[in-house]
Amino acid sequence: MSDNAAARGDMSTCSVSKGCFVFKPSTKKRKLSQSTAHDFGIRNDDSEDTELRFVTCQSLWNQIKSETEKVQEDLNKQLLDNLMNFLSRFHSEFQEKTAEWTCRMKFREIPTAALVLGVNVTDHDLTFRSVSDFLQNNITPYIALLEAKDCPGIKNLMQKLMGQLMNCYVDVDSLEDEDYVQVSQNRIRCSMSSLIKWYESVTKKTDSETPSKKRTTSTHWQSPPVVVIFKDMESFTTKVLQDFIVICSQHIHELPLVLIFGIATSPMIIHRLLPHSVSSLLCIELFQSLSCKDHLSTIIDKLLLTAQFPFKLGEKVLQVLINIFLYHDFSVQNFIKGFQLCIVEHFYSQPLSVLCCQLADLQKRVHSLSHDQCENIRRLPSFRRYVEEQESGKQVALLTTDNFLKEETQKLLEDLHVYHENYVSVLRCLHVFTSSLPKYPLGKQIRELHCACLENQVWETEEYESSLQLARMLNKSDLVTMLQQCMEILLSSSGKEFDKTVEKLKKFLTEFENLEAEAFQEQDVSISSQKELQKKTDLYHLQKTLLELKESRRSKKLTKFEMLRFEVVDYIDSLVRKYLVPADRRTLHEILYFNTAAVLRGHLNAAPRTALHTALNNPHWYLKNQALKCDGGSISNKAPDICIVYKLHLECGRLINLVDWLEAFSTVVMAGEEPNADTASSDQMDDIIHARFIRAVSELELLGFIKPSKQKTDHVARLTWGGC
Amino acid sequence: MPNLEHPAYPAAALLHLEGLVPCRESQVSMLLSIFGERQQFSFPSIFIYGHTSSGKTYVMQTLLKTLQLPHVFVNCVECFTSRLLLEEILIQLQSCSCETEPTSPVPCDTFNDFVRLFKQALVSRGLQDQTLYIVLDRAEQLREMEANILPAFLRLQELTDSNVTVVLLSEIVWELFRPNVGCFDPLTLYFPDYSIGHLQKILSQNHPPEYTADFYAAYINILLGVFYMVCRDLKELRHLAALNFSKYCEPVVRGEANERDTRKLWKNIEPHLKKAMQTVYLREISSSQWERLQHDGGEPGQLKGLSAHTHVELPYYSKFLLIAAYLASYNPVRTDKRFFLKHHGKIKKTNFMKKHEKTSNHLLGPKPFPLDRLLAILYSIVDKRVAPTANIFSQESSTRGKKCKFPLLQMKIVSVAT
Repeated sequence: MSDNAAARGDMSTCSVSKGCFVFKPSTKKRKLSQSTAHDFGIRNDDSEDTELRFVTCQSLWNQIKSETEKVQEDLNKQLLDNLMNFLSRFHSEFQEKTAEWTCRMKFREIPTAALVLGVNVTDHDLTFRSVSDFLQNNITPYIALLEAKDCPGIKNLMQKLMGQLMNCYVDVDSLEDEDYVQVSQNRIRCSMSSLIKWYESVTKKTDSETPSKKRTTSTHWQSPPVVVIFKDMESFTTKVLQDFIVICSQHIHELPLVLIFGIATSPMIIHRLLPHSVSSLLCIELFQSLSCKDHLSTIIDKLLLTAQFPFKLGEKVLQVLINIFLYHDFSVQNFIKGFQLCIVEHFYSQPLSVLCCQLADLQKRVHSLSHDQCENIRRLPSFRRYVEEQESGKQVALLTTDNFLKEETQKLLEDLHVYHENYVSVLRCLHVFTSSLPKYPLGKQIRELHCACLENQVWETEEYESSLQLARMLNKSDLVTMLQQCMEILLSSSGKEFDKTVEKLKKFLTEFENLEAEAFQEQDVSISSQKELQKKTDLYHLQKTLLELKESRRSKKLTKFEMLRFEVVDYIDSLVRKYLVPADRRTLHEILYFNTAAVLRGHLNAAPRTALHTALNNPHWYLKNQALKCDGGSISNKAPDICIVYKLHLECGRLINLVDWLEAFSTVVMAGEEPNADTASSDQMDDIIHARFIRAVSELELLGFIKPSKQKTDHVARLTWGGC
Repeated sequence: MPNLEHPAYPAAALLHLEGLVPCRESQVSMLLSIFGERQQFSFPSIFIYGHTSSGKTYVMQTLLKTLQLPHVFVNCVECFTSRLLLEEILIQLQSCSCETEPTSPVPCDTFNDFVRLFKQALVSRGLQDQTLYIVLDRAEQLREMEANILPAFLRLQELTDSNVTVVLLSEIVWELFRPNVGCFDPLTLYFPDYSIGHLQKILSQNHPPEYTADFYAAYINILLGVFYMVCRDLKELRHLAALNFSKYCEPVVRGEANERDTRKLWKNIEPHLKKAMQTVYLREISSSQWERLQHDGGEPGQLKGLSAHTHVELPYYSKFLLIAAYLASYNPVRTDKRFFLKHHGKIKKTNFMKKHEKTSNHLLGPKPFPLDRLLAILYSIVDKRVAPTANIFSQESSTRGKKCKFPLLQMKIVSVAT
């Protein structure tokens, strides 16, 4: 296939071939090599900078990856600190071994941390990895991670536990222990007593080490606890858990065990799984990991709403990713994977993505563009739009002179970067306003606002209109704090254009302060009118005065505060109109923004049933064979047998008579053939058709569309909907 | 006072033993008379049963230890396979009479091997002329091992032809054990529950050194008054007593009351104990958290218990899948058309529900349903059009897992659906 594509690529160098290639994201993991770069670009000549694109893609992804890991680490810090406190408390208790009365009388419970991790199971692995790494680095080398699928019985659980624990003793500079570690698991009796013996010998060894040696392991505590992590507590069978806990509680005096339960739903599950007699052996404390939605917000904040990375997501793509998150799995890992796919797809399919780099590299890259690449630029729709707006002399220059085009491209791209920077700052300012309005017409989260702004000109939407109306009713203290927040955002942004804006905001703030003094007078007025109202007791007069008041209020000039408020809102509106232009209105946005949502949807949210139906119903869609092109419901006899059989079966009810089906099949197949009078050959033909039919039907059965029926032996039953 | 008496054992040891096992004197004397003298053959197997923490294990252990009878003590939960169990007995046997490090255990897979090795061990340890006691704690686990284990243990004396007695300890009655006909019936012995007086006596025995026994006994009295209704587990009660004692002493420490001021002390501790019953006892709050709360003098209201975190957030489609699964498993198929189609035609009200369907479906439990039905219901209850994508199909499999495992989620759906 790839040879074929290469040949095609050679024939027409101006466009990327549209073949169907398996693209493996795992290629990035391999060390950068010539061959992977070739995979990336398919063709041999380098007119489209495939290698450079590949390298850029890799370095960009590495940056993003480290950024996401940092975010994760920061977010987990709280949880890990709490865990550490919890462990250290019990550890000191274990070490003391006091003869104090309360300690003697109290029942020694097994310390248990219940980690509530949320339903996004795909993210749990990462959390557990960071937890176990953290424990391993700071507290104890003895950690066992257990999964329910490995532990159907208590025996398997003990085996797994001992296997993990006894191999984990690896000290950096104590090679003489090696032979101890190498004790094969089969020889050890799989019981708690041998585990205790092992623990005693291991801790004795570390205790007897010379002080100089101890320093190397000083990060670990003395007689460190043995931590057993149950990754998916809900899936363990009750009996296994109960037995294990009962066994552990008998030996808690000799072996400082700590259990960690990973819980996906609610901590109530502990009481559901364990009867009171068992749960009373535990000392359970609850730890909540960060919520996945907060995590996502942080990730979006750090990856998308930043000027750090040149690569950006278009509206539709972002919507697809967010929808998968909200509707299907709540998994931040999957979101990041999707983001990675976007990056790879962008650099793979867009030859001009070579310009999707940091500003510092831009000039060099623009100037080394080949002629083909310049043609690619000219072909971009946004660029064409741009050219049409220019005067004729410049139009000609842009379309004919490569060098002039390059200059212009560089300028435009720099503009685009600046646009994005400003966009983010103003978006945040707008979010400050919209996130405090009642009912959140533009969404509570910044990501919703971001999507709305990317989608089309936000100021034309009804939601924007209504949120402006609401903003015009804000009270003073809110407005002042919002303005202050906006100012901080604008000051912290790197954009240079905001000096004036900040000045303007400052002016607003001082004016609000000045209002304080004037406010007193107004109060007096209102109080006097109120008093007037109270004096009148007569209903008629009361009505009259109220009407008068209403009239006067309508005609009354706005107060100074109200005027100022209007001014502020109008100013914000003008900022929005100036800076929050949707990205796809900008020239050359195709280079930095990835917006082919259909590809992404196909990869991440595939619809296998639909695809299967399309393939069988309309083989032309996949095979691209002109002969298969059919119109409407007619069945072409050129189609593969299975397609014919499938189409015929769509017309049947729940039970299909095989003989009738064969009849119809042979009619369709024979339709194109010349009517043959020779009986012998037609007999043979019948045999062949029969065989083809049988094969096609069994293929359908394999795909799960039909199954043999027991009601009638010569019938098959339809399994898909529509058969009723 | 019924003193323990037995000619074979020194009186001092018996007196000491009596002090160690309060409220269990009659059982101990019964056991002693069954055991007989050291060299005398005893009953081949004894079955002791009684409720949780009625002192079975403790009495056996103290009895055998104080009288220095040769014995092996094995917990059957810990030895979860028959091989582990048999090897554990042999290991203990090897180490019980001599203090040398046990040599690496001989693999012992079958009961036949066990009998052979057991005899060898007896001879090598010089135990032929004394009764050896094998105590199997939590003996109900034996029923889950190979079928021959339990009958063989019951007849161990006969099989090994040596002086050995097997004692089985369990919380359930012998009738639930009896494997089949021809099995040797052990001598059954019942340990009754401790009465409130017994509990009072036992708990008051270990008073803290700083306070007088009377003071502590008064405290135990209050404690039992609160907790006896819900908990008769001695271990648990002792734990709770230790946890809350510092609070009880608070007025005395502060000097607001003296040790005899029982009414004041009661007023101080009673609400505290009630709160403990709702939290610590149910393990809503861990005991260490409880202690810290006590120490800081905070209100237990600040700490949310485990049950407080019942809210589970689910992705949009998962939520609807669960609801659909719930509807599919509790609604009869016939009603689907009526509930989920817009134009379902008229149905006569009188005969709509058949008689057996009138009993609540919730009492009958969930019923299995075909996958297609689940999907059809899903498509009809979700407002928007649902694309039949792979993501939904993959969620189905996990939802099906959840359905049986998380009744909690089902409960949530009950409130959503009704």
